[in-house]
Amino acid sequence: MPIIEASGLARTFKARKREVHAVRGVDLSVDEGEIVGFLGPNGAGKTTTLRMLTTLLRPTAGTAVIAGADLLRDPLTVRRRIGYVPQAIGQTMGGTDNMAKVIEELHDQAEMYRISRADGARRAGLLLNQLDLGGLGDRLVKTLSGGQRRRLEIALGLVHEPPVVFLDEPTTGLDPQARSNLWEHIRRLRSDLGTTVFLTTHYLDEADALCDRVLIIDNGVTVAAGTPDELKRRVSGDVVILRVGSLAGKARTLLAAQPIVREALLLGGATPHTPRGASDEEARISDARGADGELRLTVEHGDEALPALLRVLDGAGIAISSISLSRPTLDDVFLTLTGRSLRDDSPSAAGPGRPGAGPGAGESALTPATAGRE
Amino acid sequence: MTFIYDTGIIFRRTLRLLMRQPAFLAIALLQPLLFLVLFGPLLTRLPGVALGGGGSSGDAWRFFVPGLLIQLALFGSTFVGFAIISDWRAGVIERFRVTPVSRLAIMSGRVLRDVCTLVIQAVMLVLVGLAFGLRAPVAAVFISLGFIVLVAIGLASLSYAVALLLKSEDSFAPLVNTVVVPLMLLSGIMLPMTLGPGWLQGVARVSPFRYIIDAMRSAFAGQYWNSIMIEGICVAAGLAIACLYLGSRVFLRENA
Repeated sequence: MPIIEASGLARTFKARKREVHAVRGVDLSVDEGEIVGFLGPNGAGKTTTLRMLTTLLRPTAGTAVIAGADLLRDPLTVRRRIGYVPQAIGQTMGGTDNMAKVIEELHDQAEMYRISRADGARRAGLLLNQLDLGGLGDRLVKTLSGGQRRRLEIALGLVHEPPVVFLDEPTTGLDPQARSNLWEHIRRLRSDLGTTVFLTTHYLDEADALCDRVLIIDNGVTVAAGTPDELKRRVSGDVVILRVGSLAGKARTLLAAQPIVREALLLGGATPHTPRGASDEEARISDARGADGELRLTVEHGDEALPALLRVLDGAGIAISSISLSRPTLDDVFLTLTGRSLRDDSPSAAGPGRPGAGPGAGESALTPATAGRE
Repeated sequence: MTFIYDTGIIFRRTLRLLMRQPAFLAIALLQPLLFLVLFGPLLTRLPGVALGGGGSSGDAWRFFVPGLLIQLALFGSTFVGFAIISDWRAGVIERFRVTPVSRLAIMSGRVLRDVCTLVIQAVMLVLVGLAFGLRAPVAAVFISLGFIVLVAIGLASLSYAVALLLKSEDSFAPLVNTVVVPLMLLSGIMLPMTLGPGWLQGVARVSPFRYIIDAMRSAFAGQYWNSIMIEGICVAAGLAIACLYLGSRVFLRENA
């Protein structure tokens, strides 16, 4: 039985007499014990959806049942049964007070769930150890490192041993080591306690490494759901990325005409999803716009296609400054589904797993099959 | 019961956090103390009739200390909203709103804390006043404390509500100053409003604190039950109830 089930969840904001549809209709179903990643670029509606599921925002349409309680009719019971760890970057932070002591935050939180003093102290001690915060109980929150503070915030969401926990961008802003350490803790939550984890992220490697299932949201609608592998299988073909300088538009027109090329896309420019056989006119426009000259091709059997592609460009006198070949990544899935790259949209992805859209596009943890094929 | 228990949780938490930086308590007390020490002695030299008494220096202090108590409450309580903006920014408000804790208790627990700290500050102010020559009936002091408790409940609730709506210190600070300073001036804290020209006395009628101060001064002069007192009680209670209602509307919203 699903522990989170939502259908048609929508939220409309009114801003200066205009209606903004932040979330248009999210359907989702999460089973007990799953780790599900909610993936999407900034502004796609991830946080708004999460805020609706955690009773912070009332949906303008749709229904949801969480841990057996109806979100709209019985939000108080939902609150008793879920844990929530807010986003720690942006307008508001992760929910801890600089001047509070670590142990006080845990005790206060336990009190709010009506956990007895003795039980609260026991839970707090346990959580501090489980999350590698042992010995920090008497420290002021402001003296913690970024990773420690984030782990404390997660501990606060777990004080009452909720069957479901919602994590909003749990690792954003952490250094690579702290991130993989946190992933370990999140995995253990599930394996030790059977906790269902619903997290939002815009890190692809996080979704791939951590989540059993991924939901992709774009423009306020869920556009795909499945295991990372299932989603990647949806994108048939390999991806070739070429850097050709100023003649990228022309190169695209040429390559798109090749039968082995299923799709040719100019990156960085504003021409999404141009089908093959785009006109010369379009080519000139994109060249003039000075797009950064990166082409992304979807081809069958990329290893065999490369020589043929090179010959075509050579024949036309277009110089290639770099070329790479990779198997599909979640980013490719996203691009195929939405016509936009997830990376372009996530400035804070400058941390780990951000190879840039260039030659190394397949280096992230999402593409185990890259090696040996370049 | 739940609400009272939850108010207790938030009260203890915010009190504990405040006690970690006790300097803030002293800073809030500093301004009225300065007025008491550096301005109060001037009043004792004024012709007694101006302050509505027989002209003794005791009359001046009986006039001035109630004004300072209101000033303390007025400033102390309207500025509490800043704390909720920083709490909101830290994500603490949101964290609490996802727990089963009463959402109204997030406000009431803080207001209770503010009332307690204000009473302590007020007692200290009265004690300093005694040292300077204030002589007043004990009952008057208690009645005055009752008044400023009502004022603090109202203003603190309102301050939290407005601050949580604005969510920005940059808009909250000018708003508070624009409202509080004229209110203070129109309340006759320093000098009796009756000294003013007719139009000013008329304008001063809009300040609720004017009625409250008059009632407190009446108590300090030994008159506990007259129309001034009834007026003051009605205004103070009305203010507290109206602001509490507005505050609870904001804190109980489903979307915040």
